[in-house]
Formats: sequence, structure tokens, C-alpha cells
Amino acid sequence: MKLRVDKKYMPIVATIAVAVLLYCMIGFIYPKFFSLRVFVNFFRDNAFLGVIAVGMTLVIITGGIDLSVGSMIAFVGVFCAYLMEKTKLNPLLVFVLALSAGSLIGFLMGALIHFFKAPPFIVTLAGMFFCRGVANMISLESIPIYNPTFNAIMRFGIPLRHFIMVPTTVLIFLAVMLVFLYIAHFTRFGRDVYAIGGSPQSALLMGLRIGRTKLLVYTLSGFLSALGGIVYILNVPAGNSLAGVGTELDAIACVVIGGTLLTGGVGYLAGTFVGVLIQAIIKTFLTFSSLSSWWTEIAIGVLIMIFILLQRSFSQLSVLSRAHAQVKLRKPGGAETGGA
Amino acid sequence: MPEADPILSMRRISKSFPGVHALDKVDFALQRGEVRALMGENGAGKSTLIKVMTGVEERDEGRIFLDGREIDPHSPHEAQELGISTVYQEVNLIPTLTVAENIFLGRQPTSMGSLDWKKMNSSAVAALDRLNLELNVKRLLSDYSLAVQQMVAIARAVDVSAKMLILDEPTSSLSVEEVEQLFAVMRMLKAEGLGIVFVTHFLDQVFDISDTITVLRGGQLVGNFVTASTTRVQLIATMMGKELKELERGPARVASPDAPGAESLIEIKGLARKGSIEPFDLRLNKGEVLGLAGLLGAGRTEIANLLFGIDKAEQGNVSIEGEETNISSPRKAIAEGFALCPEDRKSAGIIGDLSIRENIFLALQASKGWFRLISRKTQQEIAERYITMLSISTPDADKKIKELSGGNQQKAIVARWLALHPRFLILDEPTRGIDVGAKMEIQNLILSLSREGISILFISSELSEVVRCSQRVAVLRDHVKIGEMSGDQIDESAIMHYIAEGAR
Ligand SMILES: Nc1ncnc2c1ncn2[C@@H]1O[C@H](COP(=O)(O)OP(=O)(O)OP(=O)(O)O)[C@@H](O)[C@H]1O
Ligand SMILES: [Mg+2]
Repeated sequence: MKLRVDKKYMPIVATIAVAVLLYCMIGFIYPKFFSLRVFVNFFRDNAFLGVIAVGMTLVIITGGIDLSVGSMIAFVGVFCAYLMEKTKLNPLLVFVLALSAGSLIGFLMGALIHFFKAPPFIVTLAGMFFCRGVANMISLESIPIYNPTFNAIMRFGIPLRHFIMVPTTVLIFLAVMLVFLYIAHFTRFGRDVYAIGGSPQSALLMGLRIGRTKLLVYTLSGFLSALGGIVYILNVPAGNSLAGVGTELDAIACVVIGGTLLTGGVGYLAGTFVGVLIQAIIKTFLTFSSLSSWWTEIAIGVLIMIFILLQRSFSQLSVLSRAHAQVKLRKPGGAETGGA
Repeated sequence: MPEADPILSMRRISKSFPGVHALDKVDFALQRGEVRALMGENGAGKSTLIKVMTGVEERDEGRIFLDGREIDPHSPHEAQELGISTVYQEVNLIPTLTVAENIFLGRQPTSMGSLDWKKMNSSAVAALDRLNLELNVKRLLSDYSLAVQQMVAIARAVDVSAKMLILDEPTSSLSVEEVEQLFAVMRMLKAEGLGIVFVTHFLDQVFDISDTITVLRGGQLVGNFVTASTTRVQLIATMMGKELKELERGPARVASPDAPGAESLIEIKGLARKGSIEPFDLRLNKGEVLGLAGLLGAGRTEIANLLFGIDKAEQGNVSIEGEETNISSPRKAIAEGFALCPEDRKSAGIIGDLSIRENIFLALQASKGWFRLISRKTQQEIAERYITMLSISTPDADKKIKELSGGNQQKAIVARWLALHPRFLILDEPTRGIDVGAKMEIQNLILSLSREGISILFISSELSEVVRCSQRVAVLRDHVKIGEMSGDQIDESAIMHYIAEGAR
């Protein structure tokens, strides 16, 4: 394998290195850590976070932020539980309704951001209170879900070995990841997302449809956080208006650790994937070690700081490399003059 | 318009911004297969006319017809769909994406519904090849210099097969060869029947490429000309609205050769930095204007950056008034009485959301320390003095600087550094994008500053300007200082030969 990596991919490589290092170090202390079951659980326990972080990555690449995602989990959870248990609606129909509601809220926030030039931080902060409020309005108490169809979906999974299987939630996460990797890199919409974050003014003058792209990004983030909410109740089968507190910050942390710049324009979904894994590894380590869960927060805080410092030095490196980019201007005669 | 069937015609277009009539009932027409130069002083309304044409700004009144059909574009996207392709003033691309993406963003080639990166990269190479440019299209745009970015922007605009092409000061950061290349492409497109609107302040270029000329002044249409039957002086006079004879005396040449008793201010020995400039010696006397000549990318800006401590020298030394000094940061340089007016005003110069006044006194305040605030009254006085001195066209000093026209922003940046009263002033392309009248004002200013005893390092791509203002000229080529000339030796063709052939 060649050791030279394009500097564009350096942040991802660094993230992967950290993930592998952490995994191996902890596995050294607790050999059971290397088991397949633990590995599958990384994904099972954090699938909802992963799904949400995908949407968050897109939003952050456009230079925005979405703080409503954590409350959306609570709202969607309570909403689904209520409809399934109190009105006995078909779960699949309920999911469709929940996803539509999430998309609509996302769309409305996007509209406020685009048409009224309101700062995303404020708009989505309002969205955060709104969703949490609606969740509380539907039910203050936790609503357990007993619906049989729902339970069947919950128990479904692809068996790997006896007693170990990949559950629906993980399948959803992986599918979302793949679909959005494709969208980000192989569709015009995906590239427009990057362009808008890189320079909104230029993107406008280049004739890109900024409004449409922004609306779609926030709608998708709304959709994905609603999907994250469904994944959440598929893991913990109850609608609880207190669920998902602080998840927006976890999601932002995954995105940042994955090498995406909060200033927009630069970001990696694959990095976010590894960022989710790193959080999963740290959380699992803490359950193994019986250390207080506050250590998760501390560890993640330290990691974020390290990554931000790393990114600073990468961007400095790229400034230096600018002088070395070669340009050749061929004169009509055929001679070449070099320059920087 | 006498000719029938123009591609584009605009009737009685008006547009005002708070405090300014940027456009006042302007008529404009563009024929098939013609290059129409759009000229006027800074702030005349050229860019605004273009922005109205392409839906960036909404017009207050007036109608636009394309191919005889009335159009009403509300965004650059709509304008592009209609077949109007534009390169706006200042590079407007995405620095965080690759060169290839910047050329194809919004119209990338696809195969079976998904982007075809291979095809995009190879088409990007082909598009740049039309401009005779060879880049690694997979690198980020920000890896390349401003001039190259400008070429990429042009490649993007030219590659769309549109009905008309608009170029707003595309050549202000290009070298002579690059301009040639651009003109070759423009001639080709013209032959294909495209109409081209071309904005520039370079008269030579106007007479070289354009068929017709439209002149704006203060937001009004003041004349349409056929290039072949127009003289320069006539054109300048129309632009400035002045009598012809007033123009005929330009600033007098001051080439007083190195006076024997001249005191030296700065003495540079063997200064160098790998990849940017080979070891060079340079001396600068008090009150002297030293020109730096050389092609784009020859190392002129690199010298400026070294002297100002933006880049650190790897070898060699600098002494100021005989004392060896280590200028390791711009802060130190400013403390020594240096000032640098940078080349790339968009990223290194203006702070768009601050007012003109704030932009002007920024450096002065920084040099005083942030605790000794300059009083509002003094700020206002300083700002107003420079606004008149450089004739920056604005209703008042409190307008946001980003609302000024491109050339007027440049003047404000020059003012910022003049306000410092430096003893050594580095001007890197101070006249880029500035109209003829303002250019003369800046040249005069350089001369009068040097008479006051300020030493000036003057970098410009326009040789005539370097020749007119400098007592000595250092010539650079490919990151090497290849020689120096002074006094009567200095003339344009001598410098050009020098650059072309090295030694005489
Ligand atoms: N967004 C804006 N807000 C307020 N005023 C503006 C805005 N844009 C332009 N103006 C004003 O409109 C006038 C015309 O500006 P414009 O940019 O069209 O000039 P220009 O002819 O392109 O000049 P230059 O040669 O310097 O580029 C100027 O007085 C400028 O200050
Ligand atoms: Mg302009």
C-alpha cells in the first residue's frame, strides 16, 4: 500500500487511525471487547445516532446547524407510541406519518432559514423547543409499545451466528449511510451542498439553486431525525418525551470528529460513520470498566479538541502547499513557462 | 440601435441603491458576433448593469429582450438557462472544491443518473486546454493563484455553449500571455456568432479586441462608439466627462537617477526562501520608488511577502538604516514603519461589512494598539481626507465597503495604508481594476509620497506605470532577480527585452 495520502483525505485517515487505536487498546485490557457481539452492539446501540448524524453532516457542510434533532427523537417516539397504542393505527402507516411530520418540520425550518435569512442556530433552536413541547403535550408519561407488528419488526434481524444477529435498526443505519454516500458524491444535489458551504455568494453567482438545495437539506435532516426517532423506539420500545436529550450535541460531535468543518464546505460522511463508531467504542468501554459515565463526556470533549487542532494544522498545510501547485501555460509557440 | 435583430437589448434600465443612482435609464444592445466593450470610471455602473442583466440584482424599471423575446431573470440560474454565461468581477468560485468541479458545477456530466467523475475530469482538462492551460484538475481550486482561478472561471463560462458571454474585468489579474489566450478564445466564440460583453479598464485591450464600445458615466449612458473610428483620447474624455486638453498632460516622469548622496533605508543581502524566491540583493534609498517588473508568478508578490514578514526568509538578511533587523512578522514590519497594500483585496484586504471609514482607519488603529482609541472625529476626518484625495465615489464614509464598486474598494485599501504614514510602503498591484483617472491619481500620489521621503516598492503588471513612477526597476523572472536598471535606462521595451532574454 502506498503511504502517501491525498491531503484531502487526511482528516478521515486520522479519524480511522484513532478508532482503530482505541479499539485495540481497550481490547488489550478487556479481551471480550474483541467479540462479535460487542462489535454488533456498537452499531445496535448507536444506530439512531448514526442516522441523525448523517443528516447533521449534510447540514453542517452547507454551513448550517440543526439543533432540533434530539427533540425530534422524543417527538417521533411519543407520536408513534401514542398512535400505535392509543388509536391502534397500523405501525407502517404510523411510520409514514412520523417521517412526513419530521420532513415537514425540517422543511419549515429550512424555509425560515432561506426566505427570512434567519440564522440556522436560532431557527433550529426554536424547532428544538417546539418538538420537545409537542412531545410533552402528547404525553408526559412514557408510553410502552406492545403492538405485535411493531414487535415483529423489532425482533427481525439477519443472524450472523447463533444468538447474534444484525437487527433492523442497524440495517436501516447502514442503508442510510450508503444511500447518502451516493447522494453526496454522485448527484448534483450532493455537490451543490458542498458548493453552498464553500462559498454561498459564489454558488449563487455560479447559477446554483441555493434555495432549493438548502430547503432540501433541512427537509432531509428532518426526515432523517424522524427516522432516527423510529430507530430509537425500535431499540427501546416506548415513547418517552424525555428521550434524546443532548443527542444533537452527540451528533455534532460525531460529525466534527469525522473531519467535517463547522465552517462548511468540507466534510465527509465516511468520517461521520467512524465518528459514530468512536463514540460507540468509548461508551462501551465505560460500561466494561464501571467508570462513571461522565468519562464519556470528558473523553469526547478531549477528542473533539484534538480533532479541531488537527484540522487547524491540516488547513495550514494546505496553505503551504498552495505555492507548490504547478501551473503550465503553454505559449502558442509550444514553449512552456512555469509559475505558481 | 440602428442594426436590427440584436441578441440582447435593454431599454431604459434604472437601478438605485440607498443614496446612489447606480443606473439611470440606460439603453444597451448587443449584436451577434460582436465584442462590445463596456467602459466607465469606477462606480459608473458597469457591474450593476451586468448584475441586472443576469438577475443578481432586481432592476427598478426597464425591459430586457433576448432574441426579441422579453425576459425577466430573477437569479443567475435563470440567466444561465436563458443562455447568458457570466464571469463576474472578482473570482466567484468555490475554493474548497476541485478545479474540475468548479468548471462543471451545476452541469456535471452524468451516466445513468449519477455523476461521471472520470468524464468530468477529462472534460475539464479539455476546457482548460482551450485556454492553453494545463492544471491538475483534481486539485482544490484554492491550491492555485488568483490569476489561475480567474482563468478557471473563464474556462467555466466559455465552456457552456451560450448565446452570449459576459466578462466583467476578467483580465485584471492576468499576465500578457494569458490575456492573449483569452482573446484568441473570444475571437473564436465571436466567429461562432456569440455576442460578448467585455468590461475592462485597459485601453489597449479595448482597442485590441472590441468592435463597439458603450460608455457609462455616473450611471448614465454617455456614448456608443465603433472602436475602429474612435481614438483613445476621445474615449477617455467621454468616460471622465472632461475636456480633451486637460488629459494630455499626464504625470511627469521623475526619473532622477540615483543621487550620489542618497541615504539608503533598506539593504537586503541574499534574502531567499525555497520555492518562492532565489537569493537576491536589493537596496532602497529614502524617498525612492523602486519598481518590480516581471511576469505574473515571477516572484514579485513573494518579495513583498518576505519583506513584510508574511513569509519567513530562510537565508539572507535585511538591514534598516544600517542596522540588521529580523522582520519575522507583519506586526514587526509595521512597527518598523512598513506598510503593505496586498494584491488580493477580496481575501486579504477589505472587511466587507465594515464601513469605508472603519476600513480606512483599521491599520492605523491597530498600530496604535487597541486601547488608545482614535476619536470618532479624527476617524471621520481621516476617512474624508482620503476619500477626496483618491476620489473614492461614495455618498458618505459610512457606507459598507462591500457596497462600493470594485475599483473604489481598491482605492480604500490603498488609503488604509497611506493613513499609517509609513516610511516604507509596499504597493502590490495598487492600480488593478482602477479606472484611468484614478490610476493617474494613484501614480501622482506615489510620486508625491516619494517626494515627502517615503520609500516605495511598487509592483505592477503594467510596465508603462512602472516606467513612469520608478527611479529604479528590479526585473524578476522565474523567481530570480535577473537585473536592475535605473534612470534613463528605464523604458518599456528595455524591460521587456530583459524579461524575455535575461541579460542584455
Ligand atoms: N449592493 C450595493 N449596495 C449599495 N450600493 C451599491 C451596491 N452595489 C453597487 N453599489 C453602488 O452603485 C454604483 C455603481 O457600482 P458598480 O459596481 O456598478 O460600478 P462599476 O462601474 O462596476 O465600477 P468598477 O470599475 O469600480 O468595478 C457605485 O456607486 C456603488 O457604490
Ligand atoms: Mg465593476
